[in-house]
Amino acid sequence: MDLTFSERELAFRDELRGWLADNPPDERPANGDEGADHAWRRAWQRRLYDAGWAAPAWPTEYGGRGASLTESAIYFEEIGRARVPLPANVLGVLLGGPTLMVWGSDEQKERYLPPILSAEEIWCQGFSEPEAGSDLASLKTRAVKDGEDWVVTGQKVWTSGAQYSKWCMLVARTDFEAEKHKGLTYFLMDMEQDAVQVRPLRQITGDPEFNELFIEEARIPHANVVGGVGNGWKVALTTLMNERAGLGFALQIRLRHLLDDLVETATARGLLSDPLYADALADLHLRCESIRLLSWKGLTDVERYGQPGPEGSLTKWLWSETNQKLTQLAVDIVGPETLTANTDWSYEMLRARGNSIEGGTTEVLKNIVAERVLGLPRLKAAA
Amino acid sequence: MDFGLSDDQREIQRTARQLLAERSPFERVREHAEGGQSGEALWREVCELGWPGIAIAEKYGGQGLGRIELSILCEELGSSVAAIPFLPTVLASTLIEQAGSEEQCERLLPGLANGETKGALGVAVDGTAELVIGGVDADVLVLIEDDGARVLAPADADVASTASIDPTRSAARVSASVDAGEDLAGEVAGGVDRGLVAISSELVGVCDRALRMTVDYVKERKQFGVPVGSYQAVSHRCAQMLLETEMARSAAAYAAWSADADPASLPEASALAKAAASSAGCEVTASAIQAHGGIGFTWEADVHWLYKRAQIDAALLGGAKRQRARLAQVLADRVGAAQLR
Repeated sequence: MDLTFSERELAFRDELRGWLADNPPDERPANGDEGADHAWRRAWQRRLYDAGWAAPAWPTEYGGRGASLTESAIYFEEIGRARVPLPANVLGVLLGGPTLMVWGSDEQKERYLPPILSAEEIWCQGFSEPEAGSDLASLKTRAVKDGEDWVVTGQKVWTSGAQYSKWCMLVARTDFEAEKHKGLTYFLMDMEQDAVQVRPLRQITGDPEFNELFIEEARIPHANVVGGVGNGWKVALTTLMNERAGLGFALQIRLRHLLDDLVETATARGLLSDPLYADALADLHLRCESIRLLSWKGLTDVERYGQPGPEGSLTKWLWSETNQKLTQLAVDIVGPETLTANTDWSYEMLRARGNSIEGGTTEVLKNIVAERVLGLPRLKAAA
Repeated sequence: MDFGLSDDQREIQRTARQLLAERSPFERVREHAEGGQSGEALWREVCELGWPGIAIAEKYGGQGLGRIELSILCEELGSSVAAIPFLPTVLASTLIEQAGSEEQCERLLPGLANGETKGALGVAVDGTAELVIGGVDADVLVLIEDDGARVLAPADADVASTASIDPTRSAARVSASVDAGEDLAGEVAGGVDRGLVAISSELVGVCDRALRMTVDYVKERKQFGVPVGSYQAVSHRCAQMLLETEMARSAAAYAAWSADADPASLPEASALAKAAASSAGCEVTASAIQAHGGIGFTWEADVHWLYKRAQIDAALLGGAKRQRARLAQVLADRVGAAQLR
């Protein structure tokens, strides 16, 4: 056991930390202008890209630095630490690119990877549907072959960044006879066609962070199938596995910053000397530290044994629960500001409700832990 | 960055696991608990293997290994609820090695390292420590009071046998007059923090065993024609048990590592570990009883040994709330330091 960074890892961290200190992003546009905010994040990714920091985990042949898992985690920790935004094309960088590296043809890699990195082409993820949330494989969007094209009709939901995206990672049903996991195919769909309508989905914060996609006979060339027809479930799993990996470290640091802010406010208001507040804050501190330790433990398990321990589902579950507890405690500590519309704290508090739903509901995560980690039997689901 | 054990450490873990599976199955634990006797044969065996001295310096007769190795043993002993005074002996030697003089260490530690003498640690208020685990059989008693600590021979104190709710280990009420025994003049806090780590690791072992027993049981036990573990009300409880166990495990591992490799972080790390392990210990073993249903509430089932051990360990040297109060102080100090900068 050695919970320190190696010389190489420290050098990586210090180089990045130095670069971030010397190259702060431009001033963030005022609240409320989504388009300006996106442009700002896109310009930021371009700066990261020019300096070779857009996707250090990508292999060097694709423009990354071939960073190890630990270095990649350091990258997200430092991004969080410096309080700078994630790259605008976060879904392309974290999910789309790595999926193509596993399943894509050489032509696909050559065509799609460079503009992901430079943020020239933004990516979004078309998986969930109104009737297919936790039970993703029951999705109904259909793709039918028509000459050299596939013709796609259906509806997707929770597609963040769709309004800025050029490409959508789309999973659709191509075989209607096969059992539900086997009839799916993974496509790259061009978002710039009239057959794809993007409608903003206003969430409880009031912001349209997500969208609905209405797809009415959109055309996708056969060359845009990823990983083969009928193999969509496996390809989608690659995407989903990448969803949890890097992002966790950035989220964990964000949580730490929120807690630091809250502790500071509590101290300023004399509440940290109140045993009830002190206990609640100490509990959050313990949870934050547990998330950090479990994240690192999970990562070193992967490096050592090639597969993650049970920590992945546990950390996501613990993170969402902790962020919710934290923002709820903020209502007591910070006061009316947290309940005033359009403040940072009210946004955090409302946004946190989504944490235990997005990227796997807590209920599904508990099922995964019970079935795949503890080996408990599964209750037969209704057909 | 590596959370894994070294090959040597894994070997220690494997040996301990194997030995305790053979020598301390629940039938044996029950025999000792019901007979009110500690497992002398097992104690002699672990002493021959040098376990009590695993983390004691070689110059004091120990093996000179680290707190991680000690934690590995504590975890396995917790998992088997072994009826031997290992933890009390280790707590006493830890305090002496950290806070004792060179002369005290040379005189007292070799016996505690090879198991010829047994130790116990109590927290005294006005000269009296209640429920000193292992106190009846101890040859070396360490009493912590206020910020100091002293070491006593049984003859220097009034040792009255009593019984805790956990019959797998003896307990005593220890009283001593103010001038009895000898002071441990060094840094007591470092000894307490290392003690907290050892207790936390024992609790992790208790949690791990409680979870494994529960999972086995709910897979087998059928009601309404299906294993009760297929109901999410039960399976999600098991998932919660795993979450709490893993939180405690990672915090205890971090604290054991800190004790040797980064002592500056030990005060916080030990509080994190004991806070996580104390609440996990109580919650996970309580859940184990609940998930076992009626049988879990009987003396005949073995779940209660784990529940009782967890309750004692959770309270030892301060429970979750006391540790969180320490953590709150860490947070306050940090804000203070940031404002000074």
